[in-house]
Amino acid sequence: MNNPLSPKDRVKIPRQKMPEQEPAERAHNFEEVNLGLEIEAAKREASRCLACANPKCVSGCPVGVKVKDFIALVLNGDYLAAAAKIREDDVLPAITGRVCPQEDQCEGTCIMAKKFGAVGIGYLERFVADYERRAGKIGLPPNAPLTGKKVAIVGSGPAGLSAAGDLVLRGHEVTVFEALHELGGVLVYGIPEFRLPKEIVRQEIDNIRRMGVRFETDVVVGKTVTVDELLGEEGYHAVLVATGAGLPQFLGVPGENLCGVYSANEFLTRVNLMKAYRFPEYDEPIYDCRDRNVAVIGGGNTAMDAVRSALRLGAKNAYIIYRRSEAEMPARVEEVKHAKEEGIQFMLLTNPIEFIGDDKGWLKAARCIKMELGAPDDSGRRRPVPIKGSEFELPLDVVVIAVGTTSNPLVQSTTPDLKTRKGGYIETDPETLKTSKRGVFAAGDIVTGAATVILAMGAGRKAAKAVDEYLRTGVW
Amino acid sequence: MAFRVVEKKTLGPDVVLFRIDAPRIARKQQPGQFVILRIHESGERIPLTIAESNPNDGTITLIVQGVGKTTKLLCALDVGDAVSDVVGPLGKPSEVHRYGTVVVIGGGVGTAIAYPTARALKEAGNHVIMIIGGRTKQLVILENEARAVSNELYITTDDGSYGEKGLVTDKLRQLIGSGQLVHLVLAIGPIPMMRAVAEMTRPHGIKTLVSLNPIMVDGTGMCGGCRVLMNGHNKFACVDGPEFDAHQVDFDVLAKRNATYRTAEKMALEKFQQQPEKDLDLVKHRCKLEEQHPELVGRLRNR
Ligand SMILES: Cc1cc2nc3c(=O)[nH]c(=O)nc-3n(C[C@H](O)[C@H](O)[C@H](O)COP(=O)(O)OP(=O)(O)OC[C@H]3O[C@@H](n4cnc5c(N)ncnc54)[C@H](O)[C@@H]3O)c2cc1C
Ligand SMILES: Cc1cc2nc3c(=O)[nH]c(=O)nc-3n(C[C@H](O)[C@H](O)[C@H](O)COP(=O)(O)OP(=O)(O)OC[C@H]3O[C@@H](n4cnc5c(N)ncnc54)[C@H](O)[C@@H]3O)c2cc1C
Ligand code: SF4
Ligand code: SF4
Ligand code: FES
Repeated sequence: MNNPLSPKDRVKIPRQKMPEQEPAERAHNFEEVNLGLEIEAAKREASRCLACANPKCVSGCPVGVKVKDFIALVLNGDYLAAAAKIREDDVLPAITGRVCPQEDQCEGTCIMAKKFGAVGIGYLERFVADYERRAGKIGLPPNAPLTGKKVAIVGSGPAGLSAAGDLVLRGHEVTVFEALHELGGVLVYGIPEFRLPKEIVRQEIDNIRRMGVRFETDVVVGKTVTVDELLGEEGYHAVLVATGAGLPQFLGVPGENLCGVYSANEFLTRVNLMKAYRFPEYDEPIYDCRDRNVAVIGGGNTAMDAVRSALRLGAKNAYIIYRRSEAEMPARVEEVKHAKEEGIQFMLLTNPIEFIGDDKGWLKAARCIKMELGAPDDSGRRRPVPIKGSEFELPLDVVVIAVGTTSNPLVQSTTPDLKTRKGGYIETDPETLKTSKRGVFAAGDIVTGAATVILAMGAGRKAAKAVDEYLRTGVW
Repeated sequence: MAFRVVEKKTLGPDVVLFRIDAPRIARKQQPGQFVILRIHESGERIPLTIAESNPNDGTITLIVQGVGKTTKLLCALDVGDAVSDVVGPLGKPSEVHRYGTVVVIGGGVGTAIAYPTARALKEAGNHVIMIIGGRTKQLVILENEARAVSNELYITTDDGSYGEKGLVTDKLRQLIGSGQLVHLVLAIGPIPMMRAVAEMTRPHGIKTLVSLNPIMVDGTGMCGGCRVLMNGHNKFACVDGPEFDAHQVDFDVLAKRNATYRTAEKMALEKFQQQPEKDLDLVKHRCKLEEQHPELVGRLRNR
């Protein structure tokens, strides 16, 4: 069915608003903020698409989701077909629809973006994925006949999961090894429930399990078993390393070892993976943030997730302290908007230089300095420089450091012939994701450094293709 | 995953030895390494040293002192029960060389943590002097095991109810004072004890190692919660340790950070003792717990 509206009429329809929990209410619970479009709104949003002859949205998506085609199917009311269309390129649509930085990707390049507001591609992607999930009709394609080849995947984040799905489809026997007790990587330990319900991640993983992928949790590759042992006595024909970039960075300022100072990884792991927000029903504790002052250092998605978690844990004042200005913040636009609505206080162009404690070793304040923007640095962003004499003290009970992560060396350091590059990331061929070691591939954040869910997923699929080719031909 | 308990032995009041089915870990374990364990689906993750492992039958041995909710619940497990998650072996293995004369000091449950390394040191040809101690007689554990892996064994109790009256450090002072040549000291136990040992050996320039016990979550270097300050630099105890050069450790920071969750820990323990059924149910996989184990439920509740 064609869109009955003329292009002129289409651009008159305003971008549909995402229904959300009221800020005052959601600031005190961990339930999802965005509620999802209703069918009518989804259709209306879909009808805004101009069905461009040369759809820019597709080239804006890192994995080339056929946006125009799936939106046309939404317009037809054929939501299951729309979901299937997305799944051709993106195996985790319920997740990417929620967490992709759409404004920098598909929606950023949508022809409507500049004048009329981009088509809500993320909203629609989420809509059809949720529809499919609720209908319980996820069309799992049949697996190819067994090849007799075994593949081990290290890490169950988006890169590992998507590769696992693709490889089992191609008839290989796939086992995913995960260090933690739960599967999903950052999707379960990092991104909070209020942004990505864990039930959705669990269902996606169940689908992959039903396709025949085996999962072994509580296995730290490099410790419990090495890559060489997987390829040797355990009989795997190929290994894909998808271990993410999980090592926390600290600031290196005095006072970082005071009680009350957390890395974002620790804070978020306690809250999300260990469910500390439900202490004492769950055993893992977290510092009691109720009526306290909490600051998160950083301006990315991780920082927004941590500060909004702190607010939900009852913080009286929840601050973001970021050394550049809002324009340079790497967080998704929607997260910043939501954070502001919820009452997060933004202290921009500010940097902590010291954490001050009491005599029992508890944090009581941060000494900060104001910054101004100077000349652009290597990243092209204007470099923040301290303003002399602008130091001030901010009373604080909890600080969360969210200034980035780097590679975890556990696998690399126990696999001697695996070449790494600066920062300890694994060196790979950009096309095949082959490493320097025969039979070993790598994908996701462990290759690129901290990136996005969709890029990790895309890389996992790319690696799966190369692994499959290697297993079939034996050519390295 | 489920990791079954295949043997249980009580070593002292609230000190229990468990043999647990964990074939992958048993195959790889080296002295000084530990596991992180999560007892049931709403449990926290806690580290425990692997006292021994048997690659042939695929079991590892843990020795647990019941100090708070998780360890007390663990002590209530029986043969046939299971723990939901055990991951490891984590941490760097102890550096076992032929040093000459080695003094291994274990305070309280520290004896269990020191035991596998003491054994390896003995097997490597060292003259091993062990000093083990506790506040009172019942808290001295693994005496027979310690005797078997040492050339000389000294036992101290604070109250003099067993062995020599005094602290393990008193015995160390005596040994050093008597002119005993010592090439290495390994001290594992409460923080004040390890700190005292470090101060005692420092002026003599005796190489001293301690096994640190910061609060851990993942055990893989991912959270940074286990960071310890060494000569002004942060190290992650779960991947860079847990053994460190005692003369570089900032014990003050460690002691303070370990107190972070005191209030929550106390609350969790009280709640558990008032109402142990919920947690016991999760680990026992039995429906009529109170009927089958009235004494156990009663004991935990009255404490
Ligand atoms: C708090 C937070 C919020 C984010 N928000 C967004 C967002 O809104 N949108 C977005 O697109 N991206 C976001 N990201 C980034 C995104 O989540 C990551 O880029 C993506 O998850 C990387 O995928 P991955 O598969 O490479 O690794 P990960 O997701 O990191 O998964 C790696 C897995 O490997 C396991 N592992 C590591 N070492 C071993 C080992 N030795 N043995 C066995 N297992 C091992 C880890 O436990 C983990 O489960 C966010 C990241 C964080 C931390
Ligand atoms: C590397 C290492 C090896 C250890 N080996 C042993 C062992 O072999 N046998 C043994 O009995 N104990 C061992 N411990 C200590 C053991 O982990 C704690 O006793 C246990 O975590 C207490 O938990 P709880 O809930 O029973 O008590 P809680 O009441 O929760 O805590 C009591 C105290 O234990 C410490 N603690 C609490 N949670 C953690 C945690 N997640 N990680 C580390 N410490 C924590 C804190 O200092 C706390 O004040 C080891 C600790 C480390 C770091
Ligand atoms: S996967 Fe992400 S970038 Fe691609 S179309 Fe979907 S929301 Fe847009
Ligand atoms: S660029 Fe925008 S308007 Fe054009 S097809 Fe894509 S979504 Fe539709
Ligand atoms: S326990 Fe998390 S980094 Fe050591």
